[in-house]
Amino acid sequence: MSEFGHKLIDGSESSLKSFLDNLPGVDKVGAEGRAAMLGTRSIKTTSKARAIDLAISMVDLTTLEGADTPGKVRSLCAKALRPDPTDSTVPHVGAICVYNDMVKVARDYLDSIGGQSIPVAAVSTAFPSGRASMEVKLRDTQDAIESGASEIDMVIDRGAFLSGKFGSVFDEIKEIKALCGEKAHLKVILETGELATYDNVRKASYLAMLAGADFIKTSTGKVSPAATPPVVLVMLEAVRDFFALTGKKIGVKPAGGIRTTKDAIKQLVLVNETTGPEWLTPKLFRIGASALLNDLLMQRMKLSNGRYSSANYVTVD
Amino acid sequence: MTADIFEYSPAPESRAIVKLKSEYGLFINGKWVSPQSKKKFSSINPATEEVLAKVSQGNQVDVDKAVKAARAAYNKVWSKTKPKERAKYLFRIARLLQERAREFAVLESLDNGKPIRETRDVDVPLSAAHFFYHAGWADKLEYAGYGDNPKPYGVVAQIIPWNFPLLMLAWKVAPALATGNTVVLKPAETTPLTALLFAEICEQAELPAGVVNIVTGDGTTGAALVNHRDIDKVAFTGSTEVGKLIATSIADRGIPATLELGGKGANIVFDDAPIDEAVEGIINGIFFNQGHVCCAGSRLLLQESIVDDFLTKLQSRMAKIRVGDPLDKNTDLGAINSSAQLTKIKELSESGTKEGANIWSAPCTLPTKGFWYPPTIFTGVTAAHRIAREEIFGPVLSVLTFRTPQEAMEKANNTPYGLSAGIWTEKGSKILWAAQQLKAGVIWANTFNKFDPASPFGGYKESGWGREGGRHGLAAYIKGAK
Repeated sequence: MSEFGHKLIDGSESSLKSFLDNLPGVDKVGAEGRAAMLGTRSIKTTSKARAIDLAISMVDLTTLEGADTPGKVRSLCAKALRPDPTDSTVPHVGAICVYNDMVKVARDYLDSIGGQSIPVAAVSTAFPSGRASMEVKLRDTQDAIESGASEIDMVIDRGAFLSGKFGSVFDEIKEIKALCGEKAHLKVILETGELATYDNVRKASYLAMLAGADFIKTSTGKVSPAATPPVVLVMLEAVRDFFALTGKKIGVKPAGGIRTTKDAIKQLVLVNETTGPEWLTPKLFRIGASALLNDLLMQRMKLSNGRYSSANYVTVD
Repeated sequence: MTADIFEYSPAPESRAIVKLKSEYGLFINGKWVSPQSKKKFSSINPATEEVLAKVSQGNQVDVDKAVKAARAAYNKVWSKTKPKERAKYLFRIARLLQERAREFAVLESLDNGKPIRETRDVDVPLSAAHFFYHAGWADKLEYAGYGDNPKPYGVVAQIIPWNFPLLMLAWKVAPALATGNTVVLKPAETTPLTALLFAEICEQAELPAGVVNIVTGDGTTGAALVNHRDIDKVAFTGSTEVGKLIATSIADRGIPATLELGGKGANIVFDDAPIDEAVEGIINGIFFNQGHVCCAGSRLLLQESIVDDFLTKLQSRMAKIRVGDPLDKNTDLGAINSSAQLTKIKELSESGTKEGANIWSAPCTLPTKGFWYPPTIFTGVTAAHRIAREEIFGPVLSVLTFRTPQEAMEKANNTPYGLSAGIWTEKGSKILWAAQQLKAGVIWANTFNKFDPASPFGGYKESGWGREGGRHGLAAYIKGAK
């Protein structure tokens, strides 16, 4: 029991099933209504300026393309450290997120330019589908850690989850967590776009938290819909309630589909009014994105000089 | 990172769009006229106590003038206007309300004290929707199920409350005009301004003179209107107390009335409810429009097994309610409509404490000027407490508990009112069972305070007579229809 630091479950399939199936349901209309209402919050002037800087510091600047090159990754690292080369008051981003083979490139380059404080996150466990043997998933994760990743974004086995094999999903997360140990933070990607219902999002959130996730993350970015406001709301509620039950603060990372400053600010409002402002830190909230950063920078310029700049004033990725 | 990292900056909606006159006359026979008494009273902004405009005090002479104008308009023009032409006027009014939506939203918020988020997203769009909906009925009345030649009553006296000034106007005026009646409307004393702006819409829509007449004033004006011998029908929304007076007044005249009165709605949360959404629903049920809602879910009935967890969640959610400037787009709870209402809320709350219930108010800073009351709940309430029986009409929730579903039904029905109820459970069969047991005109399942022009609204018992909205609501304005 105490293995999990709390007494909600004993780790057996039956205790997991009974716990997860007894969670209160999520009413779809109500959850979407609440998220939509929070989307009408009007964040202006000083609070907008703060929100933009906060959002920049939470961005997991991501490139997950087959065509990624070491050059592109280095360029992204430079941008992560100095998002706006002309303005040193812009905070650095939360992390760089890449595939395994680029982890070393990113780590070495960041270290060489003074970006030691920026972690490198690797997508792992046969990302994005999770369809590989456990042996391969462990090796994949080991490889990422050895290359210098201090954050692991793993995917869950959605097939197992959807067929009710909660124990199998739980064990996988637990094993990967054990491998990460103190060396790497574990983010567990639920791929909410494949989970079909908010009830499942809530169950998967708890499952990941019970198994030892440090963060729960919505999506791989390869499936749509991804980080919709109601999905993030349900995950934030789970994190809030898990904290009340266990005293443990778990982070949340929406990823996929958050492209504009407006989208990002809506996410921050969700955090502020669900878990409360204690979660408004890159330690507990990240936004997985690529195009978002440029929009945040353009909005930041607009706030400081009153003009909308063309896209030529921010760097291409 | 500190807790104030994301304190929302003020985001006030601009007042510039509202061009108020300093004084308003009465709108009778398509003209702005001075009241016979020459008396004016102030309509104030309850959030600041600032005087917004001077409004006319109508008396018996003014009411008589208005009823005569409505009668003449009915006889000479409106009863001869083809149904599809009536529909065109209603469509025109609906579109004008949409075009001037922001103006109405800001003015409603100023005059009533309710948050701009609600006037912008609820009051004004729903008001326009009521006119659109009834515009559609105007030339299809013979298919409404009230015979093949449905006839209007003639001149209708309408008295509306201060909680949803424009929306209640729409609920009353739209079906009356659609069915071919003419109207004398008296808006509430504390919130006459959007009705006066609506008179401008009638002018803009070129509605024939006398079809809609608006007489402002206090309770004596309303009494003069109800007691007028040449009205054919009364429609009233307001307190049960005044509703009873109206019923007495018309009893010997054989004219019908629709009365939409008070309520003490039960919001029943079973242990198998979607808890987070139920918390939202309870919040919306009692704190929407500062609790100035006749169908508010002002009694929370909680199943014993979930009481502690639910109340913890409810209180933490209540602490996030943003109370303050109604014109700020981020405000959730605005000002109490009047000093009199605030006194009533305080008096009933004090009785709750005196009778032994436990009060808890969300920690929030209330503005120093204007009329304010924090979001409040009472726990340990028994069915015998005044706060469990009387309508508080403010942001005050009474929490009662139950053990079995049957007990919940008995407690929910144990009230002289019967306007609304809410059922929260994920079990469909329980929803259907409970809906059959509850004696309330409107029952929401896993949601609350949802309104649509197509859906009839009205109460059982002392919550009123008749229905408003939908096909059922047309009956209130068609002679002989039931």
